[in-house]
Amino acid sequence: MIDFKMPSLGADMEAGTLVEWFKHPGEAVHKGDVVALVETQKGAIEIEVFNEGTLVEHRIPVGQKVPVGTVIARIAGPGEKLDEQEQFVVPSASIVELKPESIPQAEPSKVAPAIAEIEMKTAAAARAMVSPAGRRRAGELGLDLSHIAPGRAGVIGLAEVEAAALHAHTLPPAKPAHGGLDLAEMRKAIAAAMSRSHRDIPHYWVSHAIDVTRLMEWLEAENARRPLTQRLLYAAPLLKAVALAIKDIPELNGHFGDGVFNSSGEVHVGIATALRGGGLVAPAIRDVDKLALSSLMEKLADLVPRARAGRLRSSEMTDATITLSNLGEASADSVLPLIYPPQVAIVGCGSIRPRPWAVGGAIAVRRVLTVTVAGDHRVNNGRHAGQFLTRLETLLNSPEVL
Amino acid sequence: MNDADILKLVTQALFSVAPDLQGEPIAADKTFREQFEFDSMDFLNFIITLHKASGVEIPEKDYPHLQSLSGAVSYIREHKPSLGDNAA
Repeated sequence: MIDFKMPSLGADMEAGTLVEWFKHPGEAVHKGDVVALVETQKGAIEIEVFNEGTLVEHRIPVGQKVPVGTVIARIAGPGEKLDEQEQFVVPSASIVELKPESIPQAEPSKVAPAIAEIEMKTAAAARAMVSPAGRRRAGELGLDLSHIAPGRAGVIGLAEVEAAALHAHTLPPAKPAHGGLDLAEMRKAIAAAMSRSHRDIPHYWVSHAIDVTRLMEWLEAENARRPLTQRLLYAAPLLKAVALAIKDIPELNGHFGDGVFNSSGEVHVGIATALRGGGLVAPAIRDVDKLALSSLMEKLADLVPRARAGRLRSSEMTDATITLSNLGEASADSVLPLIYPPQVAIVGCGSIRPRPWAVGGAIAVRRVLTVTVAGDHRVNNGRHAGQFLTRLETLLNSPEVL
Repeated sequence: MNDADILKLVTQALFSVAPDLQGEPIAADKTFREQFEFDSMDFLNFIITLHKASGVEIPEKDYPHLQSLSGAVSYIREHKPSLGDNAA
């Protein structure tokens, strides 16, 4: 039997609240399947399983908050035999009562008859879309989403949750509503991570202003050729160039822990994504150096809305070997970022702006991007950052190779 | 397809690319950027969704016309190829 535990999704995560089960007792699970949705300070994260087998038992009900490392479900490996008694258990609290703080006792004999009914309801809920605000509100009210009927368009929104709360005579809300994500909690998590970064990492910063006129002209020509659905944002070639350049400077790519730096042969880039209302997450895109621009663009287009909706996967929260913080259009000239531990570097890009620029002994107006690398002096130094920036400039000037 | 249908189509496109805004009231004339901190990725996803839902081709040079709810509705109304064919 495999214990499926509440994972740690970053050094500062202490606990998570179970919001929804996607896999139910009796269901087969495969590596990479999303088993549950867990509310953390970083938003709602889809928790993936890394084993093959059959989910046997939910150990905690919806609404329960448990520390990292707590067993939340048990999975039988392939071919593993089960006692009749311990088969397919749903904790009673998710059926009978809706007390978020109560500790459930899994009692197989009591819950068995109700399982079929619950599975039907839960399957219906899995088909219905739930707005993040609705999910949040349901969590605050201690309501199980599988008990709430979707409204028009098949969506369980705030209105449906509030209506269900009126009928449910449930417990008073545990805390005030903050909208889709608990941004106050997320702010605390960011503050904790960045305080640690600022305290423990001897940072240095190296900046370089890069003429990206050629890249942007190439991109405009490329986009004029491409159908609408395949057009690129400059973030895609920029991300690819960062990944290719970082691959050449292994001192900037990897994790530092227990006094040891482990350089990563793979380049998984965390994409710093601002959330409406003030939050910030940096989910990773894996193997960016190996992706074509079109698939990179697809990954970005998928990732950013999911980050904003609070629907990231556990692996995306932990895999990044370096982070890119791109301010994007209509923002400031440059950014001096702080490293996200346990990483050892972060790349910050300002907005691209037209600037007077020396070209062949004369002044011309060129489009200029200021890129800043923050590095960790325990692992690397300014020379590495400088090499990275020179390499990045060369790559951005030959967009055809990206 | 009447104005109400187009409005529905545009708001659905907006909410599908920014599901965290689901249910938020949308001001007609404010740009999505100032109203909802839309960035270029949000906007491109919005344009793609709108194109798929409406069949309207939207060249990059026209993007500035679709930065607000009212702008996007008028753009789709003017470029929808078969107005009147959709009595059903």
